[in-house]
Amino acid sequence: MDQEKVRNARSSGLSHSDVDAITAIVIFLIGVVMMMDNYRVGAGWAADGPQSGYFPFRIGAILCLAALVVFIKSLFGKTRDHTIFVPWERLRLVLMVLVPTIVYVLAIQFVGIYVASAVFIAAFMRVMDKRSWFKVTLISVGVSAALFWLFELQFSVPLPKGPLEALFGY
Amino acid sequence: MENLSALFHGFSVALTWYNGWMMLIGLVLGIVIGVLPGLGGPNGVAILLPLTFTMPPTSAIIMLSCIYWGSLFAGAITSILFNIPGETSAVATTFDGYPLAQQGKAGEALTASFTGSFIGAFVGVLLITFLAPLVSKFALKFGPPEFFAVFLLTFCSFVGTDNKAPFKTIISMMLGFGLAAIGMDTVSGELRMTFGLSGLLIGIDFLVVVIGLFGLGEILVTMEEGLAFEGKHAKINAKVVLETWKKLPKYWLTLIRSSAVGCWMGITPGGATAASFMGYGLAKRFSPNGDKFGTGELEGVIAPETAAHAAGTAALLPMLALGIPGSATAAVLLGGLMIWGLQPGPLLFIEQKDFVWGLIASMYLSNVAGLFLVLSTVPLFAAILRIPFSIIAPIIIVVCAIGAYAVHAAMLDVWFMVLFGIIGYMLKKLDYPLAPLVLAVVLGDKMEAAFRQSMIGPSGGLGIFWSNSLVGTITTLALLMLFWPVIALVWRKLKQSFV
Repeated sequence: MDQEKVRNARSSGLSHSDVDAITAIVIFLIGVVMMMDNYRVGAGWAADGPQSGYFPFRIGAILCLAALVVFIKSLFGKTRDHTIFVPWERLRLVLMVLVPTIVYVLAIQFVGIYVASAVFIAAFMRVMDKRSWFKVTLISVGVSAALFWLFELQFSVPLPKGPLEALFGY
Repeated sequence: MENLSALFHGFSVALTWYNGWMMLIGLVLGIVIGVLPGLGGPNGVAILLPLTFTMPPTSAIIMLSCIYWGSLFAGAITSILFNIPGETSAVATTFDGYPLAQQGKAGEALTASFTGSFIGAFVGVLLITFLAPLVSKFALKFGPPEFFAVFLLTFCSFVGTDNKAPFKTIISMMLGFGLAAIGMDTVSGELRMTFGLSGLLIGIDFLVVVIGLFGLGEILVTMEEGLAFEGKHAKINAKVVLETWKKLPKYWLTLIRSSAVGCWMGITPGGATAASFMGYGLAKRFSPNGDKFGTGELEGVIAPETAAHAAGTAALLPMLALGIPGSATAAVLLGGLMIWGLQPGPLLFIEQKDFVWGLIASMYLSNVAGLFLVLSTVPLFAAILRIPFSIIAPIIIVVCAIGAYAVHAAMLDVWFMVLFGIIGYMLKKLDYPLAPLVLAVVLGDKMEAAFRQSMIGPSGGLGIFWSNSLVGTITTLALLMLFWPVIALVWRKLKQSFV
């Protein structure tokens, strides 16, 4: 039964080693981009010492080499990890944090960080735990107000503000 | 003697009402940060760094270093009561700490671990007080080649001490150097890897990287593991504390051993995590009760905590004396120094006496204050962990976003924070160490500058790194460290074939 589960799992997603290999490829590509861009700037030796690209060019090269080793190890190494990288139901949990976070950051640009934060916290509490509206409002508005007090009034660190704050003259 | 008078001067700097207040705020914030998942030493310090821009540097570093101490103390709370290490350096504490809590001895375990931490930190501070000035005096003779060699040694020993996945350590480091190089080159003014984005002209700030990797990344990992916090309750009162303290002298050897291990691992960038495991391992090996480790031995709590705290403290020694941090948090603090307009390095001990000795004096004070603070408030902080994750998680994300934005008042940084959150999640799941990345981002520019300055010198070529006995020794040592895994392997093979 358990073995069957493992087999099913194996067929239904990427394993740890697979993701390891893919990541190594991505890192290798980053290394290539680094080398190319710094070659453009000049990775050699000028009259007054190394050029701007000298150091990063070599960093890129080392990155490529190390990525290659990790890639080979992940495909042919002795200690390959065949367990699934992230099962679907767990990935769903991660996305449940990640997607709202992206929407939240997007919203900051339009309504300011304080309103966006209040809505974000409220939505999170409602969707994940179905807490009572009273609690949700209290905590989300309370946290935003506290942050406003701390950053705007106490430390005078300007954060992005939107139409609501403008209404109150901030 | 010169040091002692400087230290007393430091006490007079640190002991103002304002600084004392900052110390307390720092400690409380640090404990909160250490207890909460997703917020740790490096990340907490990074988020709060922008708040200190307007503060006097001495008060700022006192507050931030107190956050660091607080988070180190707090790591033990979650490990012992919840079996969840709040910091990676507290993983080894769970081995014996949680079994003790299950037996209803949480109070004893907590007292022992806090006291162990305190002793470890105290030894670390003593070391800083007496050794750091000597090291910095010695380092005054350093020119660019020597500094480059020391940087090289720092990074190479990361690779050498990692016997799990040295190539992943190298990748992590190189990514950090790559990130540091983005933006305008300070020497020639040329643009490197900006790809036409004007927002990248000033580069990606290390604070944004740290907040993303350690903040959002940690939240994503925690979320995936679907943690439910079910903790043991701790009863801690004066009687428990005193009774535990009576037992501690018995473990003097463990305390000394762990302190020594911790100091060593802190100065070399082995870090608090490695130190705590080593402290635990050594105690298990040499203790007469070694076989009972893992079932709830008090010694098994003291050993890793003492080592971790000693390492955490000692990590500030190279940061102060050489401008080279020994841990991720120390790296963030070093970045703070530069933002406040101080030039880290050996000159700090000469030009900024108030700052350096004020900080060192504050370490003595804050560790005493921290010990009593955690002992008296454990139940309060343990209650924080009982707040549901659905409330904690969004608040932490909001705080991370604010922290990232506040660095340069730039929206692009918040997006980078999200990006680095995803990267941090992936790297963490694939066992890439993150500390070398942070260190490389912070030190990248300085290391490159040291390299280029050495190259501009008269002799030219890489020979400069062997041009005198000092720099030659350090460079050779660095290469030895880098190839240590290979050397050890060959040595073992040779030994086998001869026996």
